Amino acid sequence: MSDTRLPCDIADKINEICQKHGDNPRELINILHEAQHILGYLPEEMQRMIAGRLGIPASKVYGVVTFYAFFTMTAKGKYPISVCMGTACYVRGSEKLLEEFKRVLGINVGETTPDGKFSLDCLRCVGACGLAPVVMIGDKVYGRMQPIDVKHILDSLE
Amino acid sequence: MKTIRRPEDLDSLRKKAAGSLALREESDRQTDGQCTGLASGTGHIQILICGGTGCRASSSQLICSQFHEILEELHLEDRVDVITTGCFGFCEKGPVVKIIPDNTFYTQVSPDDAREIVTEHIVNGRKVERLLYTDPKTGLHVSDSKHMDFYRKQMRIALRNCGFIDPENIEEYIARDGYSALACCLSGKTPEEVIEEIKRSGLRGRGGGGFPTGRKWEFARKSPGDEKYVVCNADEGDPGAFMDRSIMEGDPNSIVEAMAICGYAIGASKGLVYIRAEYPLAIHRLKTAIGQAREYGFLGDDMLGSGFSFDIEIRYGAGAFVCGEETALIHSMEGCRGEPTMKPPFPAESGYLGKPTNVNNVETLANIPAILTRGAEWFSSIGTEKSKGTKVFALAGKINNVGLIEVPMGTTLREVIYEIGGGIKDGKKFKAVQTGGPSGGCLTEKHLDIPIDFDNLLAEGSMMGSGGMIVMDEDDCMVSVARFYLEFTVEESCGKCTPCRIGNKRLLETLDKITGGKGTEEDLKTLSVLGRVIKDTALCGLGQTSPNPVLSTLRHFHDEYVEHVRDHKCRARQCKALLTYSIDNKLCIGCHQCARNCPAEAIIGDVRKPHIINPQKCIRCGMCLARCKFKAISVS
Repeated sequence: MSDTRLPCDIADKINEICQKHGDNPRELINILHEAQHILGYLPEEMQRMIAGRLGIPASKVYGVVTFYAFFTMTAKGKYPISVCMGTACYVRGSEKLLEEFKRVLGINVGETTPDGKFSLDCLRCVGACGLAPVVMIGDKVYGRMQPIDVKHILDSLE
Repeated sequence: MKTIRRPEDLDSLRKKAAGSLALREESDRQTDGQCTGLASGTGHIQILICGGTGCRASSSQLICSQFHEILEELHLEDRVDVITTGCFGFCEKGPVVKIIPDNTFYTQVSPDDAREIVTEHIVNGRKVERLLYTDPKTGLHVSDSKHMDFYRKQMRIALRNCGFIDPENIEEYIARDGYSALACCLSGKTPEEVIEEIKRSGLRGRGGGGFPTGRKWEFARKSPGDEKYVVCNADEGDPGAFMDRSIMEGDPNSIVEAMAICGYAIGASKGLVYIRAEYPLAIHRLKTAIGQAREYGFLGDDMLGSGFSFDIEIRYGAGAFVCGEETALIHSMEGCRGEPTMKPPFPAESGYLGKPTNVNNVETLANIPAILTRGAEWFSSIGTEKSKGTKVFALAGKINNVGLIEVPMGTTLREVIYEIGGGIKDGKKFKAVQTGGPSGGCLTEKHLDIPIDFDNLLAEGSMMGSGGMIVMDEDDCMVSVARFYLEFTVEESCGKCTPCRIGNKRLLETLDKITGGKGTEEDLKTLSVLGRVIKDTALCGLGQTSPNPVLSTLRHFHDEYVEHVRDHKCRARQCKALLTYSIDNKLCIGCHQCARNCPAEAIIGDVRKPHIINPQKCIRCGMCLARCKFKAISVS
């Protein structure tokens, strides 16, 4: 693991979050939720800092971060793309949709384009099964998507 | 608002609050709502807009603000209320807007339609015909949801208030007999009597296992402990099931009330809701409900003057399917990795922080106030011999009416798929229905007439699960579907026990081999033997049920597996490695559209002359098929 230090303002925020939760290791998941909000991801040094503050090994924090799908250690793109891979979307062709996103963007699931513009992820059911297959880009839901729509939508976000 | 301290005060508040709901309740009882409009004397009109996640995704919030704007412009805001409700259930036709008192049910409304609805319907009493639901059988417009096939066979207990009340207004919940079950328990029933009533109702856990709820409460009641906990499992992980979310979004107070009742019954003073962080709207509505319940005195110290104290906290899940398992969920709430542990000890003996803990699923809890208000006998009169009450299903996939439905236990799959669901999309042939999510299995045509209940589904190699119901047609490859679920399980396996961690990975590799066109008949035996071993030896519910999608498809669609390995053929044309794309030179006019859009540059040919596909270069993406307007491209 690296030895990089966090910028002061971010470190302050982390301290504040931990303090709010009484530096209680039992609150780790809630703390991580709030910490992820700061940068959109949980870099290594942030995890080390939380571990130090709560008095638990960094491996325990890392163990929790990597266990849950919601936590991520990579920065998201300006436009985070999530293709719904819930069963309803799957049977209506979301796999082909995902393939097309991968092909057009040239990245795999969990990666971000080199220019930092797009990142690609899968999610499980947004609850808009009537619109299947569904893709979320940021907070916006795109319903009834077909592979041929992919390029057009990405172009509109340029 | 002053805190309610006595049950009598609740009664008077209910009578006061009933006014705003009277219009809705009255019109709900009508069978033929005459549309009149403000111009010809209707005094007051209410516009209900679905504010569930599905409809919000199709801009129902914008529709709501459009209505406000237009009503203000026409100075009608005093005579027309705009109310955002929870999910109506008919997601296929969303966004849904309902006009009270004539009960007109508008479907697929867009923000631009708001003006016409106001000027035509609300003012002049003329229904906007083009926005009415069209019955696919008769081709006629149906304006009242009671006359739609989608709603006719439904019976709403857990969803009783969804799409009817404003979920962010506790008084509307109170007007629907809300918190009267709690008041009744606190003032007139002993905890044992409450448990007895739930036991007599025959309610079984709706989260998947189907364990009798009353017995679970009894265990927790009898376990010694100075502190006990009530946990609501709202970590809905089954991809494609969204009933728990809809209940929390549409009727959050029913969960708050049920948790308080459970706390009273088992002797707990603290409740925890473990909810998915991916459900921002449900979290918001639940927090609002908890806040309002505290304000009114339904949570907190000395509730309704009974001396009983109870409060609820929210804990966030972070996207792990295994956390639906009770012990894993408890570990996750304690800030650890959500890994399950051996039972016993059961959570009822040693759960959260080592204290007796009762874990119930959202839908189970939503039934509790209704059972206590209307009586165990009423509830147990619904359903089958061993499965009482109703079940909510998230009906999705290749079906005409995607949505959230609630039917009495014992309803057949045929009724659900063909009557409520309106049959298969695009006139295709029904192939299978998957119930129980990644832990369940597929049922086929021959199972269509079995009454749905816990035991019948289990006997056929599937399970009730949380209530996801995905319909598949002839275009779905059952091997790929089994592979899809296994991929999910492999990703979600916590890795603690070997059968699940390694066994499922091996199953997935074998399925990859088969869908990749390299499978042998020996592989089919491996799938079945390995599947059974995992079922028998895995540690928790996730592992023990994870081979179900493979075993059930292997049992019911054996031919399809054999075709894949022996003939290298995928009849549903889903397994890419087994497909060949070709162009019919008689139909191809040489428009070059396919070649222009082929990402692999696999199509060659001169303009106005038939083109050909180079099979070596073809990546089988299907782009040419989607682009060709002359049906010249075929897949075999």
